[in-house]
Amino acid sequence: MLYIRDLCKVFAPGTPNAHTALDHLNLTLMPGEFVTVLGSNGAGKSTLFSAIGGGFWADSGSIFLDGENITYLPEYKRAAKIGRLFQDPMKGTAPHMTIEENLALSYSRSRRRGLYLAVCKKDRDFFRAALSEFGMGLEDRMNAKVGLLSGGQRQALTLLMSTIVPPKLLLLDEHTAALDPATAQKVLEITKEIVAKNQLTTMMITHNIQSALTCGSRTIMMDEGRIILDLSGEERKKMSVAGLMDLYAAKQHKTLDNDRMLLS
Amino acid sequence: MTLMIGSLQLGCIYGLLAVGVYLAFRILDIPDLSAEGTFTFGLAVSAALTAKGHPLLGIPMGFLAGCLGGAVTGFLQTKLRIHPILAGILTMSGLYSINLAIMGSSSNISLVGLDTLFRMTFALFPGADKELLKLALAVLFCAAAAAVLVLFFKTHIGLCIRAAGDNEDMVRASSINVDSTKILALAIGNGCIGLSGALLAQYQGFADISSGIGIVAVGLASVIIGERLFGQRGVTWGLAATIAGSIVYRLIIALALKTSLFPAYFLKVVSAVIVAAALSIPAIKEMLARRRIKKEGLAHAVHP
Repeated sequence: MLYIRDLCKVFAPGTPNAHTALDHLNLTLMPGEFVTVLGSNGAGKSTLFSAIGGGFWADSGSIFLDGENITYLPEYKRAAKIGRLFQDPMKGTAPHMTIEENLALSYSRSRRRGLYLAVCKKDRDFFRAALSEFGMGLEDRMNAKVGLLSGGQRQALTLLMSTIVPPKLLLLDEHTAALDPATAQKVLEITKEIVAKNQLTTMMITHNIQSALTCGSRTIMMDEGRIILDLSGEERKKMSVAGLMDLYAAKQHKTLDNDRMLLS
Repeated sequence: MTLMIGSLQLGCIYGLLAVGVYLAFRILDIPDLSAEGTFTFGLAVSAALTAKGHPLLGIPMGFLAGCLGGAVTGFLQTKLRIHPILAGILTMSGLYSINLAIMGSSSNISLVGLDTLFRMTFALFPGADKELLKLALAVLFCAAAAAVLVLFFKTHIGLCIRAAGDNEDMVRASSINVDSTKILALAIGNGCIGLSGALLAQYQGFADISSGIGIVAVGLASVIIGERLFGQRGVTWGLAATIAGSIVYRLIIALALKTSLFPAYFLKVVSAVIVAAALSIPAIKEMLARRRIKKEGLAHAVHP
């Protein structure tokens, strides 16, 4: 479904601040695969998501989605096939518009409507049914401004908006990190349900190693713009949080050693 | 009574200007200054065509002229990434020369004795009161434009424009081209502004190259008066309140001029003061509230 070859991205090249965010990265995702992505800050996780989503063009390398080369496709065109969620619940919704209007806008990815009415009766019933599955009572607040919702409600709404027309690929960038633990759990459950129901190919960045191992079917760990660990199947099932922590720490230890070498 | 009718006529004609300003400043949330050029653009095109004997053609062409100016500003600020304020200034500066060219390199055109939309209407209804006919025409144009816009903002494209002013990222995530959406919205808004100028030229029977100076402040004053008097509740309400605000603004001006409160050349400073005063209300309110809290807090402070 997703096929990434030799993807490179250097920020501020040719300056003392040059930073290699993606270093000849290769990744292949099968249809319906749910991959969790681990890595310390600056490992290149979000950069990878931006490169796939179209926030910027990669310096070199190529990205194929469902057989189509999307490496140089503008961001808004990729959005027709890629759903994205960010850590900031404010980012995915328009606060001064109603729940219904927000949903109508994202639903329009299925077909262009031009000068037709933005929301019709049929859509309204469809939105209501979809919202009621969350059990958050949002279905009775269709005409409420989204700015009035809590972070968790907004994130759940964003999740529905980015999957209401099932995307080829769903990118979740720490989408529960800004929520309180109970809400984060709830949003994560909703995420799993939606992904399972639509059999979405999904990538999820998380710093919670427990959920990285329990969610989805594959876990990758990134460091310095490369994938340093790729776990799936039996190997992943056997991996414990402690085991993965050790791998994490081993990696940090190595970088620490490198620093010492530099300074001595 | 004459004062009332006159204010209603001008209020409706300038109401179209205010609607254009509302679209940019409130719906799109872009400080668009191109109105200073596009208003005169519509006015000049309409006057020049009227002088050539095509007054009816002048009105839609004035609208299209405004659209063109708005589209240029939109193109500059989206595709070429020029700061929105500078993009507007560039458009209005450029349009100054173009407007002069349209007006045959003269700073004003007189339409006295020529057929205009208004005179043609008088000829259609020979018995009717001329002032009332003028009012009817102004109301007709203003109401028709407002009705079209109200419907437009209920369509999918209208929704895209509103969302583009609220959260660009979200619009892009819905696979909608934000740049084109903004360009379209600025074209429509400035089209309304051009239409306002086009009507004004034929209404007053002359066109002046300096008509656009300070026009953004006039439009904003109308928008703000509308908001203060009628509140902010959705786009339909906002459009109606803006037009009503424009009428109230014209009434205030007419009353002030009639009572010789200030000379006519003071109009610009009055609109600037209205805008500044209305915009500063929240800051002043907060300042006063803080002062009160501090005073009470100090009075009740428990000393160690």
